[in-house]
Amino acid sequence: MTVWIETANCNGCKRCIKTCPYGAVELREGKAYILEHCTSCGACVEVCREKAVLTDAEPRTIPDFSDRKGVWVFAEQRNGSLNRVSLELLGKAQSLAADLGQEVSAVLLGSQVSGLAKTLFGYGADNVYLAQHRALKDYRTIAYTKVFEELVKEFKPNILLMGATHVGRDLGPRVSRRVGAGLTADCTELSIDPEEGILLQTRPAFGGNVMATIANRYSRPQMATVRPGIMEAVRKKNNRGNLIKCRVSLTEKEIGTKVLEAVRETRGKVNLAEAKVIVAGGRGVGSEAGMKALFSLAKAFGGEVAGTRIIVEEGWLPVERQVGQTGQSVRPEIYIACGISGAIQHRAGIMGSRYIIAINKDPGAPIFKVADWGIVGDLHQVVPEMTRAVSQSMGK
Amino acid sequence: MNIIVLVKQVPDTTEVKLDPKTGNLMREGIDSIINPDDRHALEAAVNLKETKGGKITVLSMGPPQAVDAVSEALAMGADRGILLSDAAFAGADTWATSYTLGRAIKKIGRYDLILCGRQAIDGDTAQIGPQVADYLDLPQVSYVYHIEKVNRKSMVVKRRLEDGFERVRAAMPALLTVIGELNLPRYPHVGRLIDACREKAPIEVWNAADIGVETREVGLEGSLTHVIKTFAPKAQREGEIIEGDVKESVRILTGKLKENRLI
Ligand SMILES: Cc1cc2nc3c(=O)[nH]c(=O)nc-3n(C[C@H](O)[C@H](O)[C@H](O)COP(=O)(O)OP(=O)(O)OC[C@H]3O[C@@H](n4cnc5c(N)ncnc54)[C@H](O)[C@@H]3O)c2cc1C
Ligand SMILES: Cc1cc2nc3c(=O)[nH]c(=O)nc-3n(C[C@H](O)[C@H](O)[C@H](O)COP(=O)(O)OP(=O)(O)OC[C@H]3O[C@@H](n4cnc5c(N)ncnc54)[C@H](O)[C@@H]3O)c2cc1C
Repeated sequence: MTVWIETANCNGCKRCIKTCPYGAVELREGKAYILEHCTSCGACVEVCREKAVLTDAEPRTIPDFSDRKGVWVFAEQRNGSLNRVSLELLGKAQSLAADLGQEVSAVLLGSQVSGLAKTLFGYGADNVYLAQHRALKDYRTIAYTKVFEELVKEFKPNILLMGATHVGRDLGPRVSRRVGAGLTADCTELSIDPEEGILLQTRPAFGGNVMATIANRYSRPQMATVRPGIMEAVRKKNNRGNLIKCRVSLTEKEIGTKVLEAVRETRGKVNLAEAKVIVAGGRGVGSEAGMKALFSLAKAFGGEVAGTRIIVEEGWLPVERQVGQTGQSVRPEIYIACGISGAIQHRAGIMGSRYIIAINKDPGAPIFKVADWGIVGDLHQVVPEMTRAVSQSMGK
Repeated sequence: MNIIVLVKQVPDTTEVKLDPKTGNLMREGIDSIINPDDRHALEAAVNLKETKGGKITVLSMGPPQAVDAVSEALAMGADRGILLSDAAFAGADTWATSYTLGRAIKKIGRYDLILCGRQAIDGDTAQIGPQVADYLDLPQVSYVYHIEKVNRKSMVVKRRLEDGFERVRAAMPALLTVIGELNLPRYPHVGRLIDACREKAPIEVWNAADIGVETREVGLEGSLTHVIKTFAPKAQREGEIIEGDVKESVRILTGKLKENRLI
């Protein structure tokens, strides 16, 4: 397909220019002009209000999906413990379902995991679909996909959310292909469009340099994987729901893979996802020895220490403490960034924090733009002083 | 052993910047490269070929200039290159991309293994591998960082988890998505690169008709998801900056923390 501008209709409003993910539209003599590196992605067609962006793609009719109901969440568990992201998703699902006037359901797969249903009800599930089978004990792509396929066909959900974990990002695309549904990856924001009633899915792309909102108009369920640590788990006290047990038939032959061994690497327990306070260091800390002061400050708060990719690469901190796009997303009460410039890839992991404090000697550092409070100064002086001050007030 | 490697040409996003005034993506002067994870997939394929023999086919969908990525893959050791290029393929989401790639793989025919990167650095979805595997009805293992053993009927690999790893046996043919930890990719061989850019290089370009798909099944028209808006990530906070004497600064800050009942 191709996209072109009908200049007579163009009023130069620049909507198409702003929305182009590829920077392939510009204004020439007051009219939109499409540059050579256009990929015909069609984003500009969608936003034009003047019918000035035209395409030879045939207009598509949106099928009738009025029989599709319910917001589903994949309840990811391993060895009988739930991944926290599933509870976060149930939190978000509650508000989406309220906007739609529909129910929240969790889908729980495994072997001897029925005990987890209670937790899922407690975090907002109206229904729990439970599929138990020996072959579902370890997560295996094809086995889990088959169960999802059958459930989706039978119960026809409207929305299906999974955590953007190593499991969710393995399973989500496979299920989407199987059930014929579009899938949006690694979302950081979800909402219901008040007019169309569809799910608006927002996600970072191009290494976090661009945010894109994606719609899934032509298929159901509207599927999305969601980045852990972004949504908020919301308890629903005394909630009682329905447990729906599902029959499963699976053979080893059709599954095609076998987990020979699963090893948890206990690289010193860090729990950044649940830390209330995180003290994070960047290149400005200067050395591994320099990290000590950060650990002391974290201790004063009863928090954890994290860092940027740079200091992980330097070997001053282990990789499981890396925060950002290729590390973890965190949402503490207080995030204290020490000697961190605030690159977009780092910021991507901290925006869920309630308060951000930045300590940097460069007043122009981008981290100050996302901080609630910033101290311009040498962290080697500021951090120990803060440790003293915090220990004092916490001591009282 | 016949291996198909999926390779995507991407802009070097480490250089992608937003124009601070307009908020638009500035693409001028940005190089196109082979997606980083795909280099690791290519390296793994060449390694397997060196020990087990066989042929490597690289498959890429993209605009005509993506032929550069295919040539570079040949220079790294692939035997045959196929570029899927057609105006009809443009604007594809992962649903339409995986369908297009899947159809081409069916046309290629015999293979024992398909390797792809876990994730492309521009679209960033990590969805293509699993979707292609499902289209072709193959077992898949994602996040692979070690290939332990490859036999005729099965292989054993290790996949990364957030807090450890799994050793998995997969029946062949299978599809793997690989991560950077897997290996250190070799540099393209200069002599081979020159050959790969010649007219007679073993590179074919296939269009929609060649793989037997209709325009409405691929590209933007065949997609199920659509980008309806893009914007620069906004910094909502822009708070208070404290400058001056260290003791005084810290005193002001702890005051703020107390005010907000944080300490
Ligand atoms: C695809 C991709 C993914 C990435 N993923 C991540 C990720 O997950 N996480 C991540 O963090 N990064 C990631 N990065 C890297 C990111 O782009 C930045 O390079 C990195 O975050 C910068 O780390 P930094 O802030 O520690 O270092 P720098 O950018 O070098 O900043 C150091 C800062 O310390 C300040 N400073 C120096 N000395 C002092 C002092 N004595 N007192 C106070 N301040 C001082 C300086 O003013 C400066 O602002 C990724 C990059 C790419 C391309
Ligand atoms: C801003 C933005 C956001 C987007 N978000 C979504 C979304 O949420 N959902 C969606 O369905 N689509 C989305 N798309 C479209 C998506 O980027 C394209 O479908 C793209 O062709 C494939 O996805 P990817 O780049 O994410 O590849 P990934 O799935 O990340 O790539 C994984 C591997 O698959 C192989 N591969 C991928 N593409 C090709 C190719 N063209 N040729 C050969 N091998 C390939 C490579 O080995 C690669 O390493 C988005 C596009 C943009 C511009």
